[in-house]
Amino acid sequence: MSDKPAAPAPAAGSRASMKKELPEHFKAYKHVWVLVEQERGQVHPVSWELLGEGRKLADQLGVELAGVVMGAAGTGTLEAAAEAFAYGADLVYLVEHETLRDYRNEPYSKAMTDLVNAHKPEILLLGATTLGRDLAGSVATTLLTGLTADCTELAVDADKSLAATRPTFGGSLLCTIYTLNFRPQMATVRPRVMKMPERQEGRTGRVVPFAPDLSEADIVTKLLSFLPDRTSTKNNLAYADVVVAGGLGLQSAENFQLVRRLAATLGAEFGGSRPLVQKGWIPSDRQIGQTGKTIRPKLYIAAGISGAIQHRVGVDGADMIVAINTDPNAPIMDFAHVAIVTDAVRFLPALTDAVARRFSPHTRDRIAG
Amino acid sequence: MHIVVCIKQVPDSAQIRVHPVTNTIMRQGVPSIVNPYDLFSLEEALRLRDELGGTVTVLTMGPPTASESLRKCLTYGSDRAVLLTDRFFAGSDTLATSFALAQAIRKIGETFGAPDIVFAGKQTIDGDTAQVGPGVAKRLDLLQLTYIQKIVACDPEARTLTVERRAEGGTQTLVTRLPCLVTMLEGVNQVRRGSIHDALRAARAEIVTWSAKDAGIEDVTKCGLRGSPTVVKRVFAPAPRSEKAAAVPVSGKAAADADALIDAILARQPSLEADLTHLAAGI
Ligand SMILES: Cc1cc2nc3c(=O)[nH]c(=O)nc-3n(C[C@H](O)[C@H](O)[C@H](O)COP(=O)(O)OP(=O)(O)OC[C@H]3O[C@@H](n4cnc5c(N)ncnc54)[C@H](O)[C@@H]3O)c2cc1C
Ligand SMILES: Nc1ncnc2c1ncn2[C@@H]1O[C@H](COP(=O)(O)O)[C@@H](O)[C@H]1O
Repeated sequence: MSDKPAAPAPAAGSRASMKKELPEHFKAYKHVWVLVEQERGQVHPVSWELLGEGRKLADQLGVELAGVVMGAAGTGTLEAAAEAFAYGADLVYLVEHETLRDYRNEPYSKAMTDLVNAHKPEILLLGATTLGRDLAGSVATTLLTGLTADCTELAVDADKSLAATRPTFGGSLLCTIYTLNFRPQMATVRPRVMKMPERQEGRTGRVVPFAPDLSEADIVTKLLSFLPDRTSTKNNLAYADVVVAGGLGLQSAENFQLVRRLAATLGAEFGGSRPLVQKGWIPSDRQIGQTGKTIRPKLYIAAGISGAIQHRVGVDGADMIVAINTDPNAPIMDFAHVAIVTDAVRFLPALTDAVARRFSPHTRDRIAG
Repeated sequence: MHIVVCIKQVPDSAQIRVHPVTNTIMRQGVPSIVNPYDLFSLEEALRLRDELGGTVTVLTMGPPTASESLRKCLTYGSDRAVLLTDRFFAGSDTLATSFALAQAIRKIGETFGAPDIVFAGKQTIDGDTAQVGPGVAKRLDLLQLTYIQKIVACDPEARTLTVERRAEGGTQTLVTRLPCLVTMLEGVNQVRRGSIHDALRAARAEIVTWSAKDAGIEDVTKCGLRGSPTVVKRVFAPAPRSEKAAAVPVSGKAAADADALIDAILARQPSLEADLTHLAAGI
């Protein structure tokens, strides 16, 4: 979806007219699939989040949930399959081939397309990662089916079609999108948008091997080298339990240090709204929101952030949202749980002191020293 | 080298407002811009042309007013601009958009010479799907390189392109064959300002304008709403939480207020006490 004009919700009458009978050859398409994104023995956690969500959809539809694991044999594929069962999969399609050792579009999209054509899922979910987005676009175009990007909510409606909700028009609004007459119904979801499901120790399922018709000689693009990120330079913002963030209300880059100090005292990660990235106060990997990171902390403290919808969609999954804002009518008051209407620049140092006093006397010594 | 760059004219969404009652986008007076992500790809195309010789053709599908954005790209130094415009394209989703663009690129190839590289932006700021680039690549059977942070080498003789690609967890160096489709990562370059000469040429330049038929599209059912497998059923504003934030009363003394805020947080979520104690102690 991209270019649809945003119209008011259509009247009830036009709704039914949009649904046609699903063409006969698509009726065999059943079950919910999730790509278990596995590279170099590491599974991207978004895959488990999607299995959690896929489980709910599969249960509502009364069908099975399958994980799709792709890679070269012996590179963690079997471990990934075992984990997929623990996170709710009933079965795993195991697609092993030497050409799948590193992600490349050609072999991955061919293997996935062939697997879909062979085993016919009704729903196919992928993480909106660089891998998932690169792959999903190719697979959907090859299969000539619909793909809804960056969904924030997935549901099964009364007649069992997938209702995929995503932000639209720069996130000012949400829209619900259907793929009515084509299968599979494809969607991508960004990391941390869905909740991480409980891991069920000892849960197992069936492994269904699938031999892709691939040969290195046919693949044009070659990998010359791979340089892993140094993990130390990557922040843990998306997966942090406590996050403190600042916005334009802080008024200056110097004042943003107050956010960093509170975060350090709490042992939390820090982040900010998009304008701060544009002003160069914080690096782009610290941006929270629709075009930044989605977070799901237990506690989120937002200082001087108005709570525009593009920001909100990135933090809605937080268990507790605390707003510090001078404006009692700022949009953030509509979704924060606790708020204090006060000047963040004055208040943050006091809050940092109070936190140090109450939770960690040692930290206060460190700050003082 | 012939390089085609797909650009889209988008509303400057920083300035978009939503009508509070009808939930419709208020577009009046919102200026249009070239999708910012496309400019990183355009600059890379211009750089390659300057180094290797050849021409850069910019392409957009959109309403007639999208010619303004094409003209802007001409001022940056693009050689030629093609506007694909037809009422049949209205309501296209990404699949229908990639169909139309792919057809136009075929036609560009027939008319002006086959492209060696097609560039698209990483994503748009209005559609925001990052799907159209991969879709165009698939339809034209082009090799696809997305999230490219650097073009390391392009050898038109050997027909190879070497790039650094931002992958999950690291950087891949990949080599592939021309022709291919590339989407650049944001922030990897800065689009040039263009010379006075370019500005003058752009002002006078004729923008090649094609209808669906001109672009060789016979089956218009593959375009627009009819060619789109996805259907937008409902557009709505996010609901407020059932209750507004509980406001902590302010005394004016920051220290007392800070304690009151922490008390309010813990009263609502007592389990946070243990979490905060652990975290603050660095455990
Ligand atoms: C396509 C698109 C994508 C976007 N993506 C994102 C995204 O991913 N993340 C994001 O954050 N934004 C994003 N935005 C921008 C978003 O629309 C808002 O413009 C932005 O979130 C506002 O940032 P802010 O809250 O810091 O600033 P403002 O909206 O200016 O709010 C500042 C707030 O601070 C308060 N304030 C002022 N002084 C004080 C004080 N002394 N103490 C306490 N409070 C004070 C004000 O009352 C106000 O509520 C996007 C926009 C677009 C168009
Ligand atoms: N209507 C269009 N005309 C030309 N190029 C487009 C159009 N829509 C999308 N694109 C290209 O595809 C990229 C990805 O768009 P999107 O899938 O909407 O995020 C954009 O950055 C453009 O390069």
